[in-house]
Amino acid sequence: MATKTIRVDLMARVEGEGALDLAIQDGKVTRAQLRIFEPPRLFEALLRGRAYSETPDIVARICGICPIAYQMGAVHAIEQAFGMSVNGALRDLRRLIYCGEWIESHALHVVMLHAPDFLGYPDAIRMAADHGERVKAGLALKKTGNEILRVLGGREVHPVNVKVGGFYRLPERADLARLAGDLERARGHAQDLLEWASGFAFPDFERDYEFVALRHPQEYPINAGRIVSSRGLDLAIEDFHDEFEERQVEHSTALQAVLKRRGSYLVGPLARYSLNFDRLPPQVQALARQAGLGAVCRNPFKSILVRAVEMVYACEEALRLIASYVPPAAASLPVTVRAGVGQGCTEAPRGICHHRYEIDADGAIVSARIVPPTSQNQLSIEEDLAEVAARNLDLPDDALRDRCEQTIRNYDPCISCSAHFLKLSVRRA
Amino acid sequence: MTERRPRLAVWKFASCDGCQLSLLDCEDELLAVAAAIDIAYFPEASSTMAPGPYDLSLVEGSITTEHDAGRIGEIRRQSRHLVTIGACATAGGIQALRNFADVNEYVAAVYATPKYISTLATSTPISAHVAVDYELHGCPIDKRQLLEVISAFLAGRKPSIAAHSVCVECKQRGTTCVMVAQGTPCLGPVTHAGCGALCPAYNRGCYGCFGPMESPNTASLARQWQSLGAGRRELHRVFRSFNAAAEPFRRESEEHGD
Repeated sequence: MATKTIRVDLMARVEGEGALDLAIQDGKVTRAQLRIFEPPRLFEALLRGRAYSETPDIVARICGICPIAYQMGAVHAIEQAFGMSVNGALRDLRRLIYCGEWIESHALHVVMLHAPDFLGYPDAIRMAADHGERVKAGLALKKTGNEILRVLGGREVHPVNVKVGGFYRLPERADLARLAGDLERARGHAQDLLEWASGFAFPDFERDYEFVALRHPQEYPINAGRIVSSRGLDLAIEDFHDEFEERQVEHSTALQAVLKRRGSYLVGPLARYSLNFDRLPPQVQALARQAGLGAVCRNPFKSILVRAVEMVYACEEALRLIASYVPPAAASLPVTVRAGVGQGCTEAPRGICHHRYEIDADGAIVSARIVPPTSQNQLSIEEDLAEVAARNLDLPDDALRDRCEQTIRNYDPCISCSAHFLKLSVRRA
Repeated sequence: MTERRPRLAVWKFASCDGCQLSLLDCEDELLAVAAAIDIAYFPEASSTMAPGPYDLSLVEGSITTEHDAGRIGEIRRQSRHLVTIGACATAGGIQALRNFADVNEYVAAVYATPKYISTLATSTPISAHVAVDYELHGCPIDKRQLLEVISAFLAGRKPSIAAHSVCVECKQRGTTCVMVAQGTPCLGPVTHAGCGALCPAYNRGCYGCFGPMESPNTASLARQWQSLGAGRRELHRVFRSFNAAAEPFRRESEEHGD
């Protein structure tokens, strides 16, 4: 029997590097493994003995694309360990900087990494020759997200202003007013991009995922809520490790998180949206419906639409937060160090990111456990791959390979976060 | 016929992606840069991955595996100029904290089955493996400096990047010294410029993410910190972060070790 091997040396347009092993025998997919070779940087080990106050700066370095997610998970967890909570205007400023990260991260993915798949370009730069206005809109949107990070955080990558208890410095009103002007324009760009993407051809593909996201009594979840799922899970964030566990598999330097009782699950925009559609403002819901989305979206290829909806939302939310901002008395609350355990869970652009720290009486980290979104989605990605490949076996190898890569990019995987080197080899026997 | 555009490649080793992202964060300049140069290899941004040789290779990340130690040699052979971007590629990064510990114990602290993990005992900068033409500091790098380095190499001139300390940038920015005025310990006097003196402008001491400046007087600064109340443990830690393996910081940290 003829054996055919297709190889892509490196997966493009994802953050970090990984490999896919696809084995096909007698017309059946016998193996679909996402192999992650990212050299481990061992953050949970190197955090031990560091001061609580250094932790937000250290964990930011897990990911250059979503440093705020890591900083927020860490400060929430440490504040819980110290028996304090940050509310009011300081909480609003944290939500505002997080909106900035959602906007820059989603704009990067929607326009620069994902859209070229639908339109048949190798990258956004070549796509710009035919879709210049869209690429420029995407860049402008990304810039606005980054501008929020610059104003509130000092810089777009590894911001310096987030600390346990609040911030080092409060923003100037004039800077916030300028941001509001940028955000008005950005909201228009986000709506245009949503309308543009809604015209793409989407593969007819749905899976019955168990969605897992945060849910908050009033807000579309970003920085707080309970952990809920589409199959009835409803937990305090402190109970995360009771229901979920991380397993190590030989083919990956990322640990794979699973639900102890049911296995794979899905976090990220699709899950967040489908579990919290009712928390979106009516005008954002209406835009989602105009783009052809229902209240639940199970088609991972349509995650590009959901990200665009979330960009519109993040612009609106940022505008609301700026409009209602009254400067707090101080940039941060006083911190009283005590020994304890604290947990934090927030909605990174790619899904929930859970942190747990044990801290000693001197404020040094005794142990750390961080569960990033991509390691939680790794099993779902493999299951999607197996199913997408099975349904497309009649495609020529090149087209099958492209479709598999796109299947992975649906997740906007952040392989640097989860642990690198995506080699795609398709073996047909 | 247009003239042949210079060919750029961007490579990743152990890192967070933040430094190469800085290129995509040049939202206003990106399309102009892409018109002036041929982005031949940049997997994070494009699925077109053209073979070498390249005129300029930007290298992000540190060397932590045998495989990567081999890969950087091949990249060097393919590259006319090779520039490291960021603290990982230039000094080993935060992951170089393993250099001061037992890496097997580190791996066992994270993974249930350490034998599946293949990693070196140390995280080392690119210059420990191959000749490097220029090292751009920062965790992360500053994107304006990145554009300057790209322009300089492609024009065949030396990059115009200041080698002085963060203190000079505080003066340029008009920031009152946080150490003198507020008694806030600050690594600015020994840290390489480039960030624009961000942390003092945000009311906190510099934490050294751009690594050591040329000829830093770390011992003198450590005495200043002591006079502000910093103990051995804090001094040991503060020089041992994102540029822990950079020689002046490594040495000063050891001075305050157990």
